[in-house]
Amino acid sequence: MNRLCEIRDLSVTYRGQTAPALDRIELDIVTGERLAIIGESGSGKSTLARGIAGLLPPGIRLSGEMRWSSGQAPAPGRDLGFVFQDPSASLNPVLTVGEQVAEGARRHLGLSWKEAHAHALRMLERVHIPQPDKAMNAFPHQLSGGQRQRVAIAAALAAKPGILIADEATSALDMVVQAQIVSLLDELVREAGMTLIFITHDIALASGFADRVAIFKDGRLVETGPTSAVLASPREAYTKTLIASHRDLTTPPLIREAGL
Amino acid sequence: MTLLAIKNLSKRFSSGGRRVAAVDDVSLTLEPGETLGLVGASGSGKSTLARILMRLLPADAGSIRFEDEDWLALSGADLRRRRARMQMVFQDVLGAFNPRATVASVLDDPLRIHAIVPKAERPKEIAALLDRVGLPASYADRSIREVSGGQRQRIAIARAIATKPSLIVLDEAVSALDVSIRGKILELLVELQEERGISYLFVSHDLAVLRAVSHRIAVMDAGRLTETGPMRQVIENPQSHAAMALIHAVPRLVTEPTEGPYRDV
Amino acid sequence: MRLVRHLVRTPEGAIGLAILATLVLVALFAPVLSPGDPLRIAGRALLPPFADPAFPLGTDRLGRDVLAGILHGTRTSLAVGLAAALAAIAIGLCVGLTAGFAGGLVDEGLMRVVDAFQIVPSFLLALAFVSVIGASVPVVVLAIALGAWADPARLTRAQVLSIRERDYVASARVIGMHPAEIALREILPNALPPVLALSAIIVAAAILTEAALSFLGLGDPNVVTWGSMIAEGRNILRSSPSLSIFPGIALVVTVVGVYLFSEGLTKALAGRRLEP
Repeated sequence: MNRLCEIRDLSVTYRGQTAPALDRIELDIVTGERLAIIGESGSGKSTLARGIAGLLPPGIRLSGEMRWSSGQAPAPGRDLGFVFQDPSASLNPVLTVGEQVAEGARRHLGLSWKEAHAHALRMLERVHIPQPDKAMNAFPHQLSGGQRQRVAIAAALAAKPGILIADEATSALDMVVQAQIVSLLDELVREAGMTLIFITHDIALASGFADRVAIFKDGRLVETGPTSAVLASPREAYTKTLIASHRDLTTPPLIREAGL
Repeated sequence: MTLLAIKNLSKRFSSGGRRVAAVDDVSLTLEPGETLGLVGASGSGKSTLARILMRLLPADAGSIRFEDEDWLALSGADLRRRRARMQMVFQDVLGAFNPRATVASVLDDPLRIHAIVPKAERPKEIAALLDRVGLPASYADRSIREVSGGQRQRIAIARAIATKPSLIVLDEAVSALDVSIRGKILELLVELQEERGISYLFVSHDLAVLRAVSHRIAVMDAGRLTETGPMRQVIENPQSHAAMALIHAVPRLVTEPTEGPYRDV
Repeated sequence: MRLVRHLVRTPEGAIGLAILATLVLVALFAPVLSPGDPLRIAGRALLPPFADPAFPLGTDRLGRDVLAGILHGTRTSLAVGLAAALAAIAIGLCVGLTAGFAGGLVDEGLMRVVDAFQIVPSFLLALAFVSVIGASVPVVVLAIALGAWADPARLTRAQVLSIRERDYVASARVIGMHPAEIALREILPNALPPVLALSAIIVAAAILTEAALSFLGLGDPNVVTWGSMIAEGRNILRSSPSLSIFPGIALVVTVVGVYLFSEGLTKALAGRRLEP
């Protein structure tokens, strides 16, 4: 079991806040695993994601450390891809889809413009965008939300990074598209043997494909372990609450049904 | 008397280039005290339908009868008066309130506009509303920005019931809330319905939420209503492709390792 | 107010506020600091500055006290600047609100009027207006306002168009609020902040325009203004530059103060929005 990253005693406090966004986190990330970071609002999960990616804003107070197996933090774009929650905000509205996906490949793989363009087309095919050659010249606003997120994934993976972080990547999408995007991420990550860090508030969503889960609440790591173990026999009260709050189509309804 | 009868409602958007979600010849009914869950993927037209119903958007064709009156024919001061009978709870818990508002002002507005109680009684009525949705009366003086997401949605519900409506339209009302809070809000809505006989038109893309609170479910796909029926029937025996896709899309809690995230029903 | 606290925390805001506060005090207490009519002949002509303690900044060609002129000139400059900016913003707000809220032909029509006023260089417009109607303080105020109202109108309209789509405006409609109340209580207060930030710049421009008009001899001849003082000193710039320099410095300090204040205000408003 290779440890890609060891997070030790990590605390992060934003400028102007007194309460820490992350409080003495101890967490390992295993190479090639699919790790789900699960928490509600205020849990610190997004802060952790951005901390791992080196995307925290200036002026934060940080203590503790992240020890990477490669010796240095992964470079965003080249070693690490990041998919944000809102594809409308994370894609540049004035650049075509092709340009945005090709940019990462040009910069990090040193491809020529033509090679990068061909590479971008292949990436769009891999994320199953309908009519990829037309999509290359389209602008983000011409695509649907689900398609935009596929483009964002293609752009994140363009330089073939070893790590993919998806920060609530499906939360802004409807259920049907969410299912498709999760399948896509699962497929891509398995194919390339990448490490996936999937941030979500939906424990059931994570349960379907994550190897390990880490439950966060109010900046603290509550519980972590293999998915099936944690969900089958949760140790902490908060984990039990999260599992109990989950509703699906087998959960009994709240209304009084006629004849029941 | 059927509370709400929508007949052949249509709306087209033409923005140069893309055809945005239209409503295409939709008909549905709602009885007093009943919840109709309106489900569909994004772009299915369900939110547009909700907005047309709330008179926020004009319809191109069709009719709506609400409380035995031609709802679309109302305008001006008449419409504003009758609006007391049909209220709405929005999805965006932050954007649904004037950033400068206080909790008290949010609840005072509908009470004042529709003269629900005399001016002197309003503070008491506000306290009663807060209490009914499970918030302490002391919240009245807080700025709306100092209140958490779940609490804001409770205030939105309090605002919606303030005018004693017979129908409330909920547009993805719990989608933006933490999972652990959703259940409480849904329970509150069901309680209020049993207590006051309010009907709900609950718009959502999440069938699991609708299963919890709906008596009947209507499925929309690309502007058309493709299936309607009792909740259990639609979920356990779906007829339309859209319904099947929505059912399949609900994540299940998986406790044994599997190959993929979604098991078939 | 929290806003003022934020404002003072920024260096620009603090300095700007300090400068403006000083100017306001000077304007208010000018008759106390320098009693009597500043345009009266007070002493010997062309006294150099820092020579006579009775006339710290010297006297001009007619023997008028330069310091008195500067102190009293503060009143005119600030009064005209503020009044013109207020008028411009008031007109701009009304037009912008109406256009943004009404939409359709009303919006189109009003925006073409705004276009027309924006095409004409505002100084030339003010010049023409004052030349035709005659120079007095109210006319100068109106002339400057005519050139300045178009920008706030556009900005207000843009704000209104954006706010109109928010859920809380839809909410207000849903609970049956009257459109007029929606415009005044829900939309206007939330549309104001960027317009207020713009207002500081309008004040600065108004002060400069007033000075320019006075310099050209189109200001009110019965009050002393920095512009007219600069114009007076122009003829003897080589021998007595201080006559033009001191009012010039006063102008610069005022405009810088206003700009710094507006910068600080913008930062304070932006900082407020980031707070949860």
